[in-house]
Amino acid sequence: MKLSREQWFYIILAGLAGALIVFAPLPVRVAPPSQRTFRVEASQFAYSPAVLTVNPGDTVTIELVSTDVVHGLYVDGYGASVTADPGQTVSLTFIANEPGSFRFRCNVTCGALHPFMIGKLQVGTNTLLWRAVGLALLAAFSGVALFPRPATVKAV
Amino acid sequence: MRSELTRFSVVKSLLKNRWPQLFGFIVMLAGFLYAIMTGFIGTPVGNNNFSTVFVWIAWWAILILVAVPFFGRGWCAVCPIPLPGEWIQRGAILEPPSRKPRRFNLRWPNKLRNIWLQNLTFTLVALFSTVILTTPKVTAVVLAAMLFLAVGMSIVFERRTFCRYLCPVSGFIGLYAQTAPVELRVKDKQVCITCKGKPCYNGSAAGYGCPWDVFPGGLTKNTYCGLCMECLRTCPNDNIAINLRPFAADLGQPSRKLDEAFKAFIMLGAAMVYAGVLLGPWGELKSAAYSVGTVAWFGYVMAFLAFIFGLLPALFWLAVKLGQVLSKSNVPARHVFAAFATALVPLGLMFWVAFSLSFVLTNASYIFIAFSDPFGWGWNLFGTAALTWQPYLTTALVPLQTLVLVGGLLWSVRTAQKVGREVKIQPVPVIVFSMLVTLVMLGLLL
Ligand code: SF4
Ligand code: SF4
Ligand code: SF4
Ligand SMILES: [Cu+2]
Repeated sequence: MKLSREQWFYIILAGLAGALIVFAPLPVRVAPPSQRTFRVEASQFAYSPAVLTVNPGDTVTIELVSTDVVHGLYVDGYGASVTADPGQTVSLTFIANEPGSFRFRCNVTCGALHPFMIGKLQVGTNTLLWRAVGLALLAAFSGVALFPRPATVKAV
Repeated sequence: MRSELTRFSVVKSLLKNRWPQLFGFIVMLAGFLYAIMTGFIGTPVGNNNFSTVFVWIAWWAILILVAVPFFGRGWCAVCPIPLPGEWIQRGAILEPPSRKPRRFNLRWPNKLRNIWLQNLTFTLVALFSTVILTTPKVTAVVLAAMLFLAVGMSIVFERRTFCRYLCPVSGFIGLYAQTAPVELRVKDKQVCITCKGKPCYNGSAAGYGCPWDVFPGGLTKNTYCGLCMECLRTCPNDNIAINLRPFAADLGQPSRKLDEAFKAFIMLGAAMVYAGVLLGPWGELKSAAYSVGTVAWFGYVMAFLAFIFGLLPALFWLAVKLGQVLSKSNVPARHVFAAFATALVPLGLMFWVAFSLSFVLTNASYIFIAFSDPFGWGWNLFGTAALTWQPYLTTALVPLQTLVLVGGLLWSVRTAQKVGREVKIQPVPVIVFSMLVTLVMLGLLL
C-alpha cells in the first residue's frame, strides 16, 4: 500500500493526537486526604461491598470479615493483602496514592470460583479508562479519515 | 509480499518427515491423557489440579495468545484429540499401509457441511464454561468425551469429520486463523489443473488424502486447512508451499457465509460476557453462571443467548442496513451482512487476547504449583509446589489491554473499509458498531 502525502499528514496528526491523549495532564480534583474505613464481607465467591471508592492520598482501612470459609484480599497494583478466618475480622491499611481502578481478589483457595472472587478499588477518577476511550475514538475516526472510502460513496 | 518457508530444505524435510510430527503428537497425547487422569482422580479444587490449570490456563494462554494469532491452525497440527481415531481409520501410525483397512468411510451429510454444528457445540460448552473451567472432573469428562467422539466419528465417517464439523474449538481457531501470518497454499494453480489423480486429495503411497477434506489447489483462506502436512508429502509436483505473509491476508476476500458470520458474533459476544461475569465485581452473576440447573442459571443462559444471537447481530444488521441506505445501494443488506461480519474477526480475536491476558497473568502462578503437585495430594515433584499464588504484571496489564483493544479496533476499521469497497457499501455504521462494542469491552476490563 502506497501512502499519499495527505495520508502521511493524517498519520502524523493522529500520532500527535494519540500522544496528547496518553500523556496530557488531566485536571484532578484534589480532595484533602482523609481516613476511610470499609467493612467488607467476604463469602463464597463475592465481596460486599464489591466496589470501594476513595480519593487519591486517602488512608484506606479494609476490615475484612469472612462469613463462611477462609478468604483473603489482595489488592492488584498495591500488592497489599490480608487473610481472614471464618467469623474473624482482620484489617488491612494502606495509603491509596496511586489513582486508577484496581481489582482486589481472594488469595486463599476457597472453592470452585475462587479465581474469580473479585472486587474493585476505585482511587479517584479512572483516568486510564478515559484515556483508553479517547484512543479508541481516535482510532475509529482516524481510520475513517485515513483510508479511502468506497468508490460509490465518493460519487454520491 | 509472500515469502516461502518451504524453500529452505531443512524446514521442508522437517515438515515432510513423519517422525518430528509423531514426536509432537505423542507428547501432546501423553499430556492430554495425564490431564484426563488427574481430573478424574485428583483434588476437586480447580486451581490445584493439573487438568484445570493446564487446560484452561496454560493451554488456553498458548492457544489464544500465541498459536492462533501467529500460527493459525498450528495447534491442530499437533492436537492429540483426533489421533487415536485417525490411527484406527488409517490402520497405521506413519505411512499409509499397503493394504487399506476396511472402514465404513461414510461421507458427511451435505446439509451439515458447514460450521453450524460447531457453533452449537461451542455455545453449549460456553453455557457451562464456569463449571467446566473450575471443576477438574468436568474438565476430564469434556476432554474424554471429545476423544471418544473423535474416535467414533473416524470409524464411521471418512477423513476428519470431528475436526471439520463438530470440535467446539475448531470453529474459532479456523475463523481467527485467517489473521495469522502463515499459510499453506499451492505454488502454481496451473500445475494442479493438469495434475493426474490429484494425490493431495485422494492420497497415494506417500501419504493420505487431505484429512480435512480440502482440495489444496483451491485453498484461498486458512479456515479449513489443518496444517497436517499430508499434501506436502503427497504432491508429486512439489507444488505445496508454506508461506510467510502479512497478517490477516485472508480478510481481503470477505466471507459470504452466515455460519462463519455467526461464529464471529458468538466469539465477540462470549468474550464480552466472560469479561463481565468472570472478571467483574458482580458476585450474583458469577453464582448464576455457576449454579447449573437453577432458575438463576436459566436466566443467565437466556441473557447469554439473547445477547449473542439477538442483540449483537440485530444491531450489526441495522448498521449494515444504514450503510446500504447511505450508499443508495440496492444490494439487499442480508447479502452483505456476512461480508461485513469479517470486520469482527480481528476485533473478536483482540477481545479474547485482552480478556485472556488478565485471566492468564493473574492465575499463571498456579501452573508451577500444579506442575509439582498435579493431583493436589501434597506432592512436590519439581520443588515448585510450595510457591504462593502471585498475580503477574498487574501494573502493565491495563496499558497492554488498552493497546490490544485499540489495535483491534483499528484493525477492524481497516477490514470494514476493505469490505465496504468490495461490496460498494458505506462502512461507517459498521465502524461505529465496532467502536461501541470496544468501548463496552474497555469499560468491563479496565
Ligand atoms: S479441530 Fe479440534 S480436535 Fe481437530 S485438531 Fe483442531 S482442536 Fe484438535
Ligand atoms: S497433488 Fe500437487 S499438483 Fe496435484 S493437484 Fe494436488 S497440489 Fe496440485
Ligand atoms: S492435507 Fe494439506 S490442505 Fe489438507 S489439511 Fe493437510 S495441510 Fe491442509
Ligand atoms: Cu478464594
